[in-house]
Amino acid sequence: MIPSTVRYHRAASLEDALDALSEPEARALAGGQSLLPVMKLRLARPSLLVDVGHLDLAGVELANGAVRIGALTTWDALALAPELAGPAFGVVSECASGIGDLQVRNRGTLGGSLAHADPASDMPAVLLALGADVRLRSQRGERTLAVAELFQGPFTTALAEGELVTEAVVPAPPPGSGAAYASVEHPASGFALAGAAALVRADGSTTIAVTGIGSRPHLLDAGDDPEAVLAGVEVFGDRFTPDEYRRDLAATVVRRAVARARERAGEGRP
Amino acid sequence: MPDTTDLELAVNGQRRVLTVEPRTLLVHALRDGLGLTGAHVGCDTSQCGACTVLVDGRAVKSCTVLALQAEGAPITTIEGLAHDGELHPLQRAFVEHHGLQCGFCTPGMILTALDLLSRDPDPDEGAIRHALRGNLCRCTGYQPIVESVRAAAQELAG
Repeated sequence: MIPSTVRYHRAASLEDALDALSEPEARALAGGQSLLPVMKLRLARPSLLVDVGHLDLAGVELANGAVRIGALTTWDALALAPELAGPAFGVVSECASGIGDLQVRNRGTLGGSLAHADPASDMPAVLLALGADVRLRSQRGERTLAVAELFQGPFTTALAEGELVTEAVVPAPPPGSGAAYASVEHPASGFALAGAAALVRADGSTTIAVTGIGSRPHLLDAGDDPEAVLAGVEVFGDRFTPDEYRRDLAATVVRRAVARARERAGEGRP
Repeated sequence: MPDTTDLELAVNGQRRVLTVEPRTLLVHALRDGLGLTGAHVGCDTSQCGACTVLVDGRAVKSCTVLALQAEGAPITTIEGLAHDGELHPLQRAFVEHHGLQCGFCTPGMILTALDLLSRDPDPDEGAIRHALRGNLCRCTGYQPIVESVRAAAQELAG
């Protein structure tokens, strides 16, 4: 399979990239691990690929109690980043190390994945549970969006035309919190049939987000009984995972994530 | 005629010039453009890992990278591992420990293992299986592949 004909521009600077992305059918190309497969299937047929892969947008930085993750940071870099080791952000590395496979983690980027908005993507659940924001740039300027507002449906985001994800900003949870990500994957594709991230604070309050079960990753309402909380949630069924089975899986991964997060909160590290 | 462009790739330590379309995938550039047929097209959907090569020392699926994206980065294919007729220790370990039967997945297995050993010179079985998750083998049942990688790690550690 070969993508449809397309033009290619390697962006030399952020301004150059934003200028090129103002073409209506242009798409930003980072690691290409989501975009190239859908182009090969002809599900996406951009007129122009703007290769942003060489821009200075990779890296993990701790500042003012938050961690800033550049959009071009690969899953592999997130899995190994020393800045993420320790109590607050270990869940980001935990989640990243289970995404795809080594080759995909070597090239796939956080920003590319967020912009692609696969409803079974793992990391959105973690970013939602931690209350992260994304920063977006376009020729019109910069804006910040809560991750919860980014995902609108399968492969559909709140990104406006010509907008590029430049970084995610993850606030540090309060001291004594623990966080964890749990999923059950399809054994062949590796995608989450159900995934859940949980943040448990020292006061016992909990934030939970789910992915892979419906049209988009989202936060769950508070509640101690996962079955009850999930009862009113939209769940997709498919030939691998009928909807009632997937609802059961979702409750299971929520329980696992909360239990592990609680344990880590108890240990004083996530 | 579609747009084509001249591209210079640094493959196995040599500068190679070829003509590609923007949509040309790295695996096709290597195979059809440069005659390096060691990177195999297996599934063509980023699942099987038979097309794995190293770009900047990291294993990537060359069916899911544009040739143009790889410009300027050193590329290593299976053809670049042996030196002066001497197999690389990983290649030798796969021969000695029956790490292959039909051989179709072998170039990808070896290059992914090379990425693993470059960051973890003494991986245990779990680490090897985790690293090779994106490489499918339909012959061996994986156990001899894991043993081959272990043996190569030991030899490389001297």
